[in-house]
Parts: sequence; structure tokens; C-alpha cells
Amino acid sequence: MPDGTLRNSVAIVGVGESDIGKVPGMTGLGLNAQAAMRALEETGLKPSDIDGLLTAYSFTEPYFMLGSVMCEYLGIKPRFNASVIVGGGSPAVMLKHAAEAIAMGQAETVLICAGENRATGTSRDEAVAALLAVGHPYYEQPYGFSIPAFYAMIAQRYMHKYGLSREDLAHVPAVTRANALLHPNAHMKKPITPEDVLASKPIADPLHMLDCCLISDAGGAMIVTSPERAKDLKGQPIYLHGIGEHHTHEHLMCAPSLTEFGAKESSRIAYDMAGLGPQDMDFAELYDCFSIVPVLEFEELGLGKEGEGIAHWTSGAANVGGALPINTHGGMLSHAHAGAAGGLFGIVEAVRQLRGGLGARQVEGAEVGIVHNEGGILSSHCTLILGREPR
Amino acid sequence: MTALPQPTRNADSQEFWDAMQQEKLLLQECGDCGALDFMPRHMCPVCWSPNRKWREASGEGTVHSFSIVRRASSPAFASRVPYVVVLIDLAEGPRMPSALVGDDALSVTIGDPVRMTFEARGEEKLAVFELAK
Repeated sequence: MPDGTLRNSVAIVGVGESDIGKVPGMTGLGLNAQAAMRALEETGLKPSDIDGLLTAYSFTEPYFMLGSVMCEYLGIKPRFNASVIVGGGSPAVMLKHAAEAIAMGQAETVLICAGENRATGTSRDEAVAALLAVGHPYYEQPYGFSIPAFYAMIAQRYMHKYGLSREDLAHVPAVTRANALLHPNAHMKKPITPEDVLASKPIADPLHMLDCCLISDAGGAMIVTSPERAKDLKGQPIYLHGIGEHHTHEHLMCAPSLTEFGAKESSRIAYDMAGLGPQDMDFAELYDCFSIVPVLEFEELGLGKEGEGIAHWTSGAANVGGALPINTHGGMLSHAHAGAAGGLFGIVEAVRQLRGGLGARQVEGAEVGIVHNEGGILSSHCTLILGREPR
Repeated sequence: MTALPQPTRNADSQEFWDAMQQEKLLLQECGDCGALDFMPRHMCPVCWSPNRKWREASGEGTVHSFSIVRRASSPAFASRVPYVVVLIDLAEGPRMPSALVGDDALSVTIGDPVRMTFEARGEEKLAVFELAK
């Protein structure tokens, strides 16, 4: 791409999810492989057609060079391979790296996969202990910060600044769960109400258990190739219109602000590349590790006014069938969360919505959708815009 | 029961932690652009000057945000729940992570004035805060 744009540089031609929930019979690598097999099946390609692989990281299996380990396990020998670690932001960033490689002719068909056996591969306390490493080892961890506590401080500041009530915030997990009930592979199968959220176990004020994402066994995968190659393949290609990153800090103590983050800039880059704006989006798949996060992202992506985002959930506009459905698969709060797979499922769901035919879960007339991934404590951001037609 | 974490010194933070054992909180000041910073490091994150100076903080500040932790981050903190973690805006400007202690800690709200105190961690000391009102 002589002008450096990635607009329509690649298409996603296959997506896959592993079995999700408690899947005791499978390793983390096995979950990735199952998702990759399902993604490849959608394309009609052979494993030997994959000449690039990107994956993220694992907290549950002791592999250092995870990209190489994944290639080895899958029996592929690509010319392009890396492990990308920007936390939950990794899947969208991997899609950007894949697009860059394909646009430059450094790879033709890239497999992107991520996932872990977090529910059964490790005890809950071990998972929490491993995740504690997200806090700064020298200056934050000695005080007993947990990941929920970091996000709780962000929620607290947002509530202070905009007057958001705890009761209204409880609508986010409830709406997300309602959407998850429409997804056959979602981890959570029972409806919840805002009252259930408020009655769930307090974790770190103001966040309760149902404000926090799941701990799942899950793997996700997607196959990315050039638009030219995509024409010969089995499935309907979904095109990348725009994508942008922005990284502002890693540890919350170094964040420039607790109410303004990098999603505004990452989405600006993506919108500019796509030549589209927030008003053009038919749905949004937003990173939702905690209930406050999609509200913040909704505002930073320009989908609603600052400080008023919660009304989108309390009014029903975020439900499938609403004005702009959010997290139509159930997000990480209700569909699945297993390491970097959490954000990847947002991309998988966007592809499926744009292909159409999802029955009760389908966003009617979906042409263009937006996905946001973030990693760390709202540290690393990547926004992408996908569509049915190259435009 | 697992012991609570103690200060860990490295080449960037040796003086910072040594001073804390004397009940002093040190900030880093850039010898060129004057930027003040909490996290000890080799260079100024604003102008990249290697000219670092230590400046003692007053220990006064306000609560930028907080959370009352009901489920401990690790077994070492389990006997402390509920406990309060905070981000403090120091009077000098930089923001630092800490804990709020004292009988009234659970009544904290954003903007509350706080003052520094110290908590024993084994043979070492760790800077924490208490409400100043």
C-alpha cells in the first residue's frame, strides 16, 4: 500500500470458536487448535496454505515462545510468526500486524489465534495470582491492588465526574447477558437482572461479581488473507476498512487520566482510514472486562456523548434489536473470557453479524461494524472497522 | 499465612526505598526541564534528560480515586479485607498508588485530604496514607 493505508488491504475469510465454558478434556493449545480447525474449515484452505501465524500469550501453560509453540503444535512452518503481548488489545493489534504483512507481500494467509484453559487448567486462586502481575510489581502490588480494584477506581472516578449511579451501571451486565442468551456457544445460559448484579458478591467497590468478566476455557481463531485471494475461497469475505492503535501507559499509576483513555485516538485513526464515522456503524463489539469499560469505550468511540453512555444500556438501545446493539454475542461478561481470546470473540462476532443469517441474534441489515480491544488497565487500545463490501 | 510484600530495591529505586526506611518519600525531579515524577527511573519521561535529582515530598495529598477491596488480591491480604487502595494526588503534583489506613478509612470519598504515614513490612517500612480531616 503506497500511501500506508490498510483500508481494504485484507479480508477475514474464516472465524472459529472452540468449545467454551468448562472444557476439562482440553489443553489451552488444544482449544486454539480446535478454533483454528473450525476457522480453516470455513475457508476451504489447507493447513499448508497458512504462511503466517500470530498468537498472544498464556497464563495457564508454561510456554515462552508461544507463536513458535503454536506453529509446532499445529504442524505448520510459516514465513511470518510472532507472539503479540498487549494484553486484551492483542487480537485487534494482531489483525493490524497481519494486514501490514499481507499488504507488504510478506505473507498471504495468516492464522490469528488466542485462548487458554483458564477455568479448568488452573485453580481460580492461581488465575487471580497470575493476573496480579498486571499491577506494578514494585509500586502497586505491595498495597494489595487487584485487577478489579484498578477498574473499580476508574469506575469510581467516572461516577464522581458524571454522576453515574451504581444502579444504572448494573444494566450493562444484564443487557449483555440478554444478548448472550441468543448465542448457542455462550458460557452463560441464564438471564440476570440489574438487581442480581447488585446482589452479587462485592469484589472491589463499586464492582460486584457480575460486573466482572468470566473465567472460561476458550480459544478463538480467524484466517486473514488478501482480498484477491479471498475471492477464490469458500466463505463470504469480510473486509477491514480501518484500524488504529494508541498506547498511553501500562500501569494505572502512570495513566495520564482516569477518565480519558486511548480509545478516542485509536478510533479516530480507524474512522479516518475507513472514511466513515460513528454514525455509520450498525453495531459495536466493545471490550468488556468490567461493566464500566464498554460505557467508557462507547463514549470514546464517539458512539454517544461523554458522561451519558449508560443511557444506551438502560434504554435498551444496546440490546440486539436496539438502535445500536453492543456485544451481540454476550461479550466477556457472558460469552467467554480466556486471556486474549476475549477480545478476539468480538471480532469473530462482528464477522458473523456482517455475513448475516444469525436468526434471533442477527442485527438487521448489518453492513458495517466497529470492534474495540483494550489491554492492561485501559492501557493499549486498538479499534477496527469491518464491512460486507470493499468500500 | 503468606507474609505481606516488602519493598524490592533495584538500581532505579535503591535511594527511594532507602529514604522510605527513614520515613521520607522521595520524588524525582528533572535537572533540566523540572518535571516531577513518582516512579523512579533512569531518565526524564518528558525530555529524556539523564539529569535526575531527588526531592522530598511533603506527604500531603488528596484522594484521586479509591476502591474498597472486598476480595483480596492474594492470600497475603486475605486477613485485611475490607481494605482501601487509593491513587493519591500528592501536593507536589505527581500521582502515587498507596493504601488508606486508619479506623475511618472506609468512609473515604474522592477529594479527601490525606497525610502520609508508614506501615511496617517485616523489617522495612511502606508509605501509606490516612485521612487528614
